[in-house]
Amino acid sequence: MNRTPLYELHERADAKFGAFAGYDMPLFYPAGIIAEHNHTRTQAGLFDICHMMHVEIAGADAAALVERLCPTNAGNQQIGSAQYTFFLNEAAGIIDDLIVTRLDDRRYLIVCNAGCADKDRVHIEKAAADFDATPSIIERGFVALQGPMAQAVLEAQGLAVADLAFKQAIEPRAGMFVSRTGYTGEDGFEIALPEDEIVGFVEGLLTDERVMLIGLGARDSLRLEAGLSLYGQDLDEDISPMEAGLTWAIPQPLREGGPYIGADALAQKRAAGRRRKRVGLKPEGRAPVRAGAALVDGSGRAVGRVTSGGFGPTVGHPVALGLIDVDADAGTLAAEVRGKQLPLEVAALPFTAHNYKR
Amino acid sequence: MSTTYYTEDHEWITVNGNVATIGITNHAQEQLGDLVFVELPDVGKAVSKGDDVVVVESVKAASDVYAPVSGTVSEVNQAVADEPGLVNSGAEGDGWLIRIELSDTGELGGLLDKAAYDAVTG
Repeated sequence: MNRTPLYELHERADAKFGAFAGYDMPLFYPAGIIAEHNHTRTQAGLFDICHMMHVEIAGADAAALVERLCPTNAGNQQIGSAQYTFFLNEAAGIIDDLIVTRLDDRRYLIVCNAGCADKDRVHIEKAAADFDATPSIIERGFVALQGPMAQAVLEAQGLAVADLAFKQAIEPRAGMFVSRTGYTGEDGFEIALPEDEIVGFVEGLLTDERVMLIGLGARDSLRLEAGLSLYGQDLDEDISPMEAGLTWAIPQPLREGGPYIGADALAQKRAAGRRRKRVGLKPEGRAPVRAGAALVDGSGRAVGRVTSGGFGPTVGHPVALGLIDVDADAGTLAAEVRGKQLPLEVAALPFTAHNYKR
Repeated sequence: MSTTYYTEDHEWITVNGNVATIGITNHAQEQLGDLVFVELPDVGKAVSKGDDVVVVESVKAASDVYAPVSGTVSEVNQAVADEPGLVNSGAEGDGWLIRIELSDTGELGGLLDKAAYDAVTG
């Protein structure tokens, strides 16, 4: 099992650990998931995301390589801007979802999921062979500070971030990267530092009483309330961006074709129309409905499955994401849980409003 | 006069006469984290030792609670269904789950005492 550079700090904070993507990660601390969740929504939550993979793409053809890997206009992307996109396979299924940031003219940073790191690395290196651009994996520390007080906390640490808007990024110095991004639905930042500096940086943040360490449990409940997809549950190689409700992330012209891997299949799938769609689900009772539960409609027909589900501390009721047939009777959905059918209604996403700094 | 027993599945059982009050241990609630849902059986339900009789769900996962003894459910703690956090704040007190009228007191002999349970959680 891998450990992040912050493992001992989590141990000292009395974290409960669990395996995630090959890493022994903190699930929650003594405060508990609900307190951690609420703290992030009201103050500033600090997340260890060192397990995520950073790949820098550099070279004369860097933009072209990114445009081969992702359905995005990397060449037109503003320097210092970040965007949400994905790698697709030849059938337009999602290999991984990720954030790509343009660092300068010939340099991009791709941040991808730890659970997909091995296959992403192969995918990137294979595509890179045709371009004058070099992908390199950067081993470094990475944390997220999320919540309405995140900016004030970082400014108090001497980091000038007030001028960054949502999805903007800076490199304050060599080896350091700061973006106004995150995966909680709140305003916040992600900060990368050399491995030997990350512990000291985190200890500094923790001296601020507005900052609390947050584990993967609350990371999941926060992103679920925010209606954000988790790779491996809500997204996989058999789900297209249209089915996943992520068409918005593909610039209009690229939906009809482009230089990226999977472009032809994506255009064909769009023309044929999607068979399934992503929906938000609100169980009617208090019982959480978990990932994997089968969904049926009023006629008893199997119409899909829950892809993520749990309890939403901010909204105070269970919340879920599902993938259902487009012709399902969405007014009569129920999830099969322990031999019972629990009724649920289709709910607008996100469950909690996004508080990004636009 | 009551006696309290434990199981390796992290339940406690306090026996008073012919009735066993059952809950999860403080160690169990610490491992589960904040509970958000408790599903209790109907009063009158007959259960055999080892049956899943209660479901407790934390923010992150659902867990079954197994009947540590056989008998008939004689009472359920509606307070924990209304406020699952009671199990976190008082797992071995106000956060009890169910009472079972024992059908075979001989089963108690297979349960752990406090010292044996503490050795399990070490």
